[in-house]
Amino acid sequence: MPENRAYLEKDEAENLVRAGFDAAEKDRSGSFMQADDTLLFQKAFHEDIEVMGIDEALRRVPDAPAYYGKAFAALGREYPRETKGGYYIRIKAGKTVLVPVQACLYLKKADFKQKVHNLIIAEPGSKVYIITGCTAHQASREAYHLGISEFFVGKGAYVNFTMIHSWTKDVSVEPKSIALVEDDGVFVSNYICLDPVKHIAMYPTAVLGERSTAHFSSLMVAHDGSTQDIGSRVVLKGRSSSAEIVSRAVSLGGTVIARGHLKAEAPDTKAHLECRGLIVHEQGVIHAIPELETGFREVDMSHEAAIGRISKEEIEYLCARGVSKERAQSLIIRGFVDTNILSLPELLKKEIDRLADQTLTSGF
Amino acid sequence: MDSILKIEDLTVKVDGKEILRDLNLEIFPNKTLVLFGPNGSGKSTLIKAIMGFENYVVTKGKIIYRGDVINDLPTDERAKKGIGVLFQNPPKIRGISLRQMVDLVSQKPGHKDRLVETLNLEGLMDRDLNVNFSGGEVKRSELLQVLNQHPKLLLLDEPESGVDIENIAIMGKVLNGFIREHAVSSLIITHTGYVLDYVQAQHACVLIDRDIRCYDDPRKVFEDIRQYGYEKCRTCRRK
Repeated sequence: MPENRAYLEKDEAENLVRAGFDAAEKDRSGSFMQADDTLLFQKAFHEDIEVMGIDEALRRVPDAPAYYGKAFAALGREYPRETKGGYYIRIKAGKTVLVPVQACLYLKKADFKQKVHNLIIAEPGSKVYIITGCTAHQASREAYHLGISEFFVGKGAYVNFTMIHSWTKDVSVEPKSIALVEDDGVFVSNYICLDPVKHIAMYPTAVLGERSTAHFSSLMVAHDGSTQDIGSRVVLKGRSSSAEIVSRAVSLGGTVIARGHLKAEAPDTKAHLECRGLIVHEQGVIHAIPELETGFREVDMSHEAAIGRISKEEIEYLCARGVSKERAQSLIIRGFVDTNILSLPELLKKEIDRLADQTLTSGF
Repeated sequence: MDSILKIEDLTVKVDGKEILRDLNLEIFPNKTLVLFGPNGSGKSTLIKAIMGFENYVVTKGKIIYRGDVINDLPTDERAKKGIGVLFQNPPKIRGISLRQMVDLVSQKPGHKDRLVETLNLEGLMDRDLNVNFSGGEVKRSELLQVLNQHPKLLLLDEPESGVDIENIAIMGKVLNGFIREHAVSSLIITHTGYVLDYVQAQHACVLIDRDIRCYDDPRKVFEDIRQYGYEKCRTCRRK
């Protein structure tokens, strides 16, 4: 399909960088972009990867329709049907592509309701890194984004999925994701939301086969006026599967509900949940809800949750080194939003560190 | 000679409790003053009050730095004017590495590499500040930071506590070299006196019972303390 890049103005392209989008595509193995309900481009730079719009995939790829809705059906859940667009990313069996594929879902029009359905299929033995940026134009007031994502991590496959949300203060967002991880598979989810948003509600779920692993990590900053109800859930269905959920939440006046639910439905499973919160502004709220659930004895499950504030001692220490109070505070927040908890490839880690530096050390 | 720091009738309260009362002290240009005193005598309080920490409330008196009263100056401004502190028990700061801190405070980039090597801190540079540092590592990290600030006045709070003999020698040598090379003034708080083996100090005094006693030659003061203990200072009224 022809590129529809002209749809983007120059300043918009710059904004997309905040959502991790690499316009030069130099360090990407594939690239997809949808603005509102218009597919702007879809490209794969690697022969082992397929990147296309979901509609085309459902038409052209013989087994794609069989995947559509399958993850929700597996959990007996309904999903909204009235979607338009979304991406399809697939990596071939046994193939490894270390350079990330990028996808961007962009809200441009004011009052628009973007509803997409994405399919990510990692065939058995494959390995792929994906970065998805979801962002909105400054003019997209009162807009809404619904993102349905179904991940199929085949036997022994590895999917490392990084999602960056960079919305605006009037946008409401509702991602709904399910990952089905087959035996010996690995699903890694990194979630970053540092910019304002009106409301986010998301509770992605991974269902694990035998000896498979899920690792969810999230960095969240809730600005004044933002409500982020964000959690991760892992159902350890297969024997000897393991899961970890780690999050860091900062409230700059907004509300964070940091959920985590680990459910062991098989023996010899191991799961850990760690949630740390930092309340910076006195109006801020952080509500950590860690849950562990099992009916088996042979499991190893634990959780830790801690919420605190910035210590005066730390601020004064930095001030005594000649750092202003405001800068000291933002340095401490930046330090708390620790990108090392994410499982990122080096390339993306640098990009996300840069993003966090820009967002969190330049004042709010 | 005009003093670089003059503490005039200083009374300091912490959480409503008076820790220092009517304290007077002077530090002169290019001179080192050693402040002895038993634990809990208010030595660290003095440093924190000089830096303007919030809980250390000056209820009376003046802190005069290079001729200006700095009582109302924010802490970072005091540091920027050239007052540098080596803290006895600095906080752990997760997410900020020693390297970041040094880069942040460095007044003269390039100077730090040699110091990192001399202070044997290469292995700590990318670790979170003071997190799982040993006592000696904390002090060497503190010294690295404060010297990179290039202060005109150094306030050193128990620089040798928790440091092994070998590292005291390294730190002492670095410190002495810096003081001499840059002609800085310094106030060194100590209760063991080990630091005197390495740093040339011109004056010493004892802070006890909220009062300054025994303003004299450092070796002499230290010898008296070693011989008679701080108890003697309570009765000895030598000013």
